[in-house]
Amino acid sequence: GRLLGRGTTDEPRRVLDDDMLEQLEELLIASDMGVDTALRITSNMAEGRVGKRLSATEIKELMAQEIARVMEPVAKPMPIYSKRPQVVLVVGVNGSGKTTTIGKLASQFKGAGKKVVIAAGDTFRAAAVEQLQVWGERAGVPVLTAPEGSDPASLAFDAMTRAQEEGADLLMIDTAGRLQNRSDLMEELAKIVRVIRKKDETAPHNTLLVLDATTGQNALNQVDVFRKISDVSGLVMTKLDGTAKGGVLVALADKFGLPIHAIGVGEQIDDLAPFDPEEFAAALTGLDT
Amino acid sequence: MFENLSERLSGVFDRLTKQGALSEEDVKTALREVRVALLEADVSLPVAREFIKKVQDQATGQSVTKSVTPGQQVVKIVHDALVDTLRGDEDPGKLKIDNPPAPILMVGLQGGGKTTTTGKLAKRLKDRDGKKVLMASLDIYRPAAMDQLAVLGAQIGVDTLPIVKGQKPVDIAKRAKQQAALGGYDVYMLDTAGRLHIDEILMQEVEDVRNVVDPRETLLVVDGLTGQVAVEVAQEFDDKIGISGVVLTRMDGDGRGGAALSMRAVTGKPIRFVGLGEKMDAIETFEPDRIAGRILGMGDIVALVEKA
Ligand SMILES: Nc1nc2c(ncn2[C@@H]2O[C@H](COP(=O)(O)OP(=O)(O)OP(=O)(O)O)[C@@H](O)[C@H]2O)c(=O)[nH]1
Ligand SMILES: Nc1nc2c(ncn2[C@@H]2O[C@H](COP(=O)(O)OP(=O)(O)OP(=O)(O)O)[C@@H](O)[C@H]2O)c(=O)[nH]1
Ligand SMILES: [Mg+2]
Ligand SMILES: [Mg+2]
Repeated sequence: GRLLGRGTTDEPRRVLDDDMLEQLEELLIASDMGVDTALRITSNMAEGRVGKRLSATEIKELMAQEIARVMEPVAKPMPIYSKRPQVVLVVGVNGSGKTTTIGKLASQFKGAGKKVVIAAGDTFRAAAVEQLQVWGERAGVPVLTAPEGSDPASLAFDAMTRAQEEGADLLMIDTAGRLQNRSDLMEELAKIVRVIRKKDETAPHNTLLVLDATTGQNALNQVDVFRKISDVSGLVMTKLDGTAKGGVLVALADKFGLPIHAIGVGEQIDDLAPFDPEEFAAALTGLDT
Repeated sequence: MFENLSERLSGVFDRLTKQGALSEEDVKTALREVRVALLEADVSLPVAREFIKKVQDQATGQSVTKSVTPGQQVVKIVHDALVDTLRGDEDPGKLKIDNPPAPILMVGLQGGGKTTTTGKLAKRLKDRDGKKVLMASLDIYRPAAMDQLAVLGAQIGVDTLPIVKGQKPVDIAKRAKQQAALGGYDVYMLDTAGRLHIDEILMQEVEDVRNVVDPRETLLVVDGLTGQVAVEVAQEFDDKIGISGVVLTRMDGDGRGGAALSMRAVTGKPIRFVGLGEKMDAIETFEPDRIAGRILGMGDIVALVEKA
């Protein structure tokens, strides 16, 4: 829903005081921004303006500006390097949208003229390989697989060999979902990275952490741990077509400063958009309604 | 992150060392920190606000046990109030499966854990209650969703409805109902595609399915890591299709699970089960004490007051 009431031409004005700041803080908290970051944003807004009379639209604009200012430095598309194959490892907790995002990205890169290969590194979950195979067909990209239960690290290694042989520009590696507090599964991920580096010490060139917009404050822990284990180079946030605002991205930008490459806005192959800080801020503050 | 909170709290509590009855000021000071704790645990804002108000009234004037501080006493009162809100009236693990074949409908957002939970509950019904269970996937959208359920069925030794390509969810549901009756099944479980609570077409679709099978249980499967949106999701699913309970998944993670409180407080529907992993036996019935401790993140203080 909207964060603030709709503005009209001769909107009533209200004094920016502690009471109003607290209300604004709560609006931000309701977007999953977290208490600390919400406080920081509202105190930035307040600076030099306490006691001024502002309309609802002015307040929203101010708030959106503050948020966009934090988000602008992290809005960067996934970098493309001259290295062939450029290895893109995709990681994240269960069900966040890794496999779907790989399908969407593969389609975009293929459309941009790249030769793409996908490796089905989720050898654990039921029918994960079949799911990715359908995405491969949709994107028109080959999918390298290994039987269920086999070692994902050795699949990644084999996939690198194959991608090299075939002269692929991009190798995208899917991984099984794992919660960041499961040290055994995080060690498995660390091993995947180690094995990839045996083949090419500069790889993986991108490690994308896929976050679900409906997730609350746990996203902070997710980024923290995945970053330590697998050297995350960028984020993708999915499911922003729902009503969750993804406010935690502001807290993440503030704390970790990792680039945000793209956002998922649906289940179809084209439902992946660049991250636009102004649009994001407008949606978060209700300025877009 | 959680250290900060504890530190902040102990600072606050040190200042509240007067003994006797809890003054309004004591309670207010302590509850300010509790509010932050709840929000950091992803309890939704309106629910946190309402909850704090209730506790404020409850706690003011209560006498303080000698060996604890007023702040600690407030935390204990908050904890008990949390447990009170979270606890349902009935046994959460007891699914309504009389009148065979009893339909169970599984619904929720994308990726919440519906298919996995369908398998887990089917296995539980089979192993614990000796029930004959049929599972059917109504997910015609997600790639390989039907295969996923079929693989799980084979793993746990539970039948799945044969896949017929091109059939609509309502027709699959009818076929499941018929097959369940003819095959002498006690329970049939319908796993549905993930859908957004604001997607009118897909919400209508699951409403149609509900009308066809008239489920004995409609379980909303929600990711335990869900943030502020949990309230809206639970409310919408309940308004549109009527849920009989919630399953909270991914509680094997280090999320604090505030969504449980939000959903329970707003819909009044019981939390029935928690998912604790990806394996087919990683499910337990909901225990309000455990979740309350997690949400508040002050189990040590609660234990201290209980001992005093
Ligand atoms: N509405 C919406 N749904 C999405 C989006 N991205 C993915 N999904 C859905 O979310 C669910 C989970 O997506 P997957 O791609 O299987 O997620 P995953 O991270 O690979 O899951 P695991 O491999 O099981 O950990 C599927 O139903 C997807 O269709 C998005 O941007 N919006
Ligand atoms: N760690 C953990 N993972 C879980 C739990 N429940 C489900 N999962 C995982 O979460 C991911 C998504 O689970 P699914 O059962 O496919 O979710 P779904 O709701 O059916 O997804 P859609 O059909 O795409 O909407 C999978 O990787 C599951 O293994 C749980 O309790 N703990
Ligand atoms: Mg996957
Ligand atoms: Mg499913």
